[in-house]
Amino acid sequence: MVQHSRTIETAETKPKLAVWKFTSCDGCQLSLLDCEDELLQLAEQVEIANFMEASSVQLPGPYDLSLVEGSITTPEEERRIREIRAQSRVLVTIGACATSGGIQALRNFAEVDDFIAAVYAHPEYIDTLKTSTPASAHVAVDFELHGCPINKRQLLEVISAFLHRRPPQIPAHSVCIECKLRGNVCVWVAHGTPCMGPVTHAGCGAICPAYNRGCYACYGPKENPNTDSLCHWWQQELGAEKATVIENLRNFNSAAPIFDVASRRQEGGDDQD
Amino acid sequence: MGTFLLDARDLDALIQAIRSQGHQVVGPTLRDGAIVYDELHAAADLPHGWTDEQEKGTYRVLKRDDGAYFGYAAGPHSWKKFLQLPRRPVWQAQKSDSGVQILEIQEAVPNLAFIGVRSCELHAIAIQDRVFIGDQYANDSYAKRRANLFTVAVNCTSAASTCFCLSMDTGPQVTLPSDLAMTEVLEGDEHYFLISGGSEQGERILQQLPVQPASEHQVALGNRAIDHASEQMAEGPRNFDSSDMKALLYRNFESPAWDLVADRCLSCANCTMACPTCFCSTVEDSTDLSGEHAERWERWDSCFTGDFSYITGGSVRADTRSRYRQWMTHKLATWQDQFGSSGCVGCGRCIAWCPVGIDITEEVTRIREMEKQ
Repeated sequence: MVQHSRTIETAETKPKLAVWKFTSCDGCQLSLLDCEDELLQLAEQVEIANFMEASSVQLPGPYDLSLVEGSITTPEEERRIREIRAQSRVLVTIGACATSGGIQALRNFAEVDDFIAAVYAHPEYIDTLKTSTPASAHVAVDFELHGCPINKRQLLEVISAFLHRRPPQIPAHSVCIECKLRGNVCVWVAHGTPCMGPVTHAGCGAICPAYNRGCYACYGPKENPNTDSLCHWWQQELGAEKATVIENLRNFNSAAPIFDVASRRQEGGDDQD
Repeated sequence: MGTFLLDARDLDALIQAIRSQGHQVVGPTLRDGAIVYDELHAAADLPHGWTDEQEKGTYRVLKRDDGAYFGYAAGPHSWKKFLQLPRRPVWQAQKSDSGVQILEIQEAVPNLAFIGVRSCELHAIAIQDRVFIGDQYANDSYAKRRANLFTVAVNCTSAASTCFCLSMDTGPQVTLPSDLAMTEVLEGDEHYFLISGGSEQGERILQQLPVQPASEHQVALGNRAIDHASEQMAEGPRNFDSSDMKALLYRNFESPAWDLVADRCLSCANCTMACPTCFCSTVEDSTDLSGEHAERWERWDSCFTGDFSYITGGSVRADTRSRYRQWMTHKLATWQDQFGSSGCVGCGRCIAWCPVGIDITEEVTRIREMEKQ
């Protein structure tokens, strides 16, 4: 739930909003730009103090609300996230990278030096960490907005909630609930399609099942997920290969602790505990 | 009054007669590999010649070798989606110089007609009526939708393997009131419906149809078809004695069976969403960016979510064991104290639509057996 311990400036000056990028594809920041009509409304409510994707104006901190996109993958980023935290009254991470390492967290399951040697002609120029981690592994985070990319409606909801000091309506339940609210026919039960929906955090509105595809967990693990039971049924009843199970646990949120542990357990070869 | 015969080729006349009374007709139709409930414009929209095969965690539609219109069992949808809307605005508020103004929601309520309501589903609607059209949990939106509802009940003549209405005493024969009740009969080359009125409105529709009085033999064939569904369930694996559910579950709050089911349960809430009686909802309050405008929405919720039992300090039911126990104990036992009946109608939706095939009838058996150990 949301912490209300920090106050947002409400006097003569407008609250200062800052958007920060770490290791990421910029897609979540784009979700903010994609708000179009609401973007003007947002600009009326806040002073956009730092948002490099939209403007080269950079105002000094402190900031009332910082939106952080991207994971922490370099020593420089480790330092920078701490600085931003120190300058931010409220820090909200947005997207799979910032909340659970992103697709680049696949390095966590291998040797990053091997990748560097394979990709770069001059590996000596590369200064990177062995892991890709969410911001929450480095600093206190006030709220995590999941998704790859995030849903712009949910982003506006979170910003509105923080501006008006109320809890954001971002339920942590399964994608299945969104499917059922929408009247979708369950692709798992009715078609035998492996779907990550039952362990995945809601937020997308169950887009993939609505188009007869299985969910592939863009929003990371839901509250209280049971990955073991899901993996067991995928393999025993839906005929999924172990590799498929691991791939789905390691899509965009592989560093989410639940998915990380579950995928390592699958790799370890046993489907028990 | 009496039982009439409507030739299957004239089924569309029934739908058009109901539509001409100003009703929005909803009923079964084939979509995305399932028989769902949606708006019907003509008999051609019905799942003519289709059926379903259901088991724990699986549902498949397949072609029948006859042209039955109602030859299927309960599907992914239930009628509750038309009566207790999945999402609806409750109120809006606007901030102005003179304070906060609450704006009423003007809801356009359609005159609904449900075609193909099964006996278990009439029971489910009656159960929701006791919840929403009472004093304690009155829901205006539900009551308005329910008030003008026209129902065409259809007796079940075949049961899915997941069906257990026989055990819950809610079917397969329609016993609760409906505006019209029908039995579909396919015998040799003959295909007709036995139809009878159950209300003035139903009788009025009946008078507009090309029907003739049914013979005793035809009525007997209809009854035999319903008996067939009963026999399928009586011989099936999910037939059980439900008379002691309250006492059994009240004795077994601490059964080790809850741990076993919690290992498998995904707490995904599919069972409660598919259940035709699960009525829980939550409200979501939100503002726009300016903070000038606020809204409250009601939406289906489930006892399988953490938010459902969230109070200061955390969720009362933090783990899956306590959530599954709450759901099943409420459905089969505490519901009886709260509303005077079981909350389960034996439609089997929670069994088929559970992704990992958890079967409430099996869980009853397990609890019973573990108690003996």
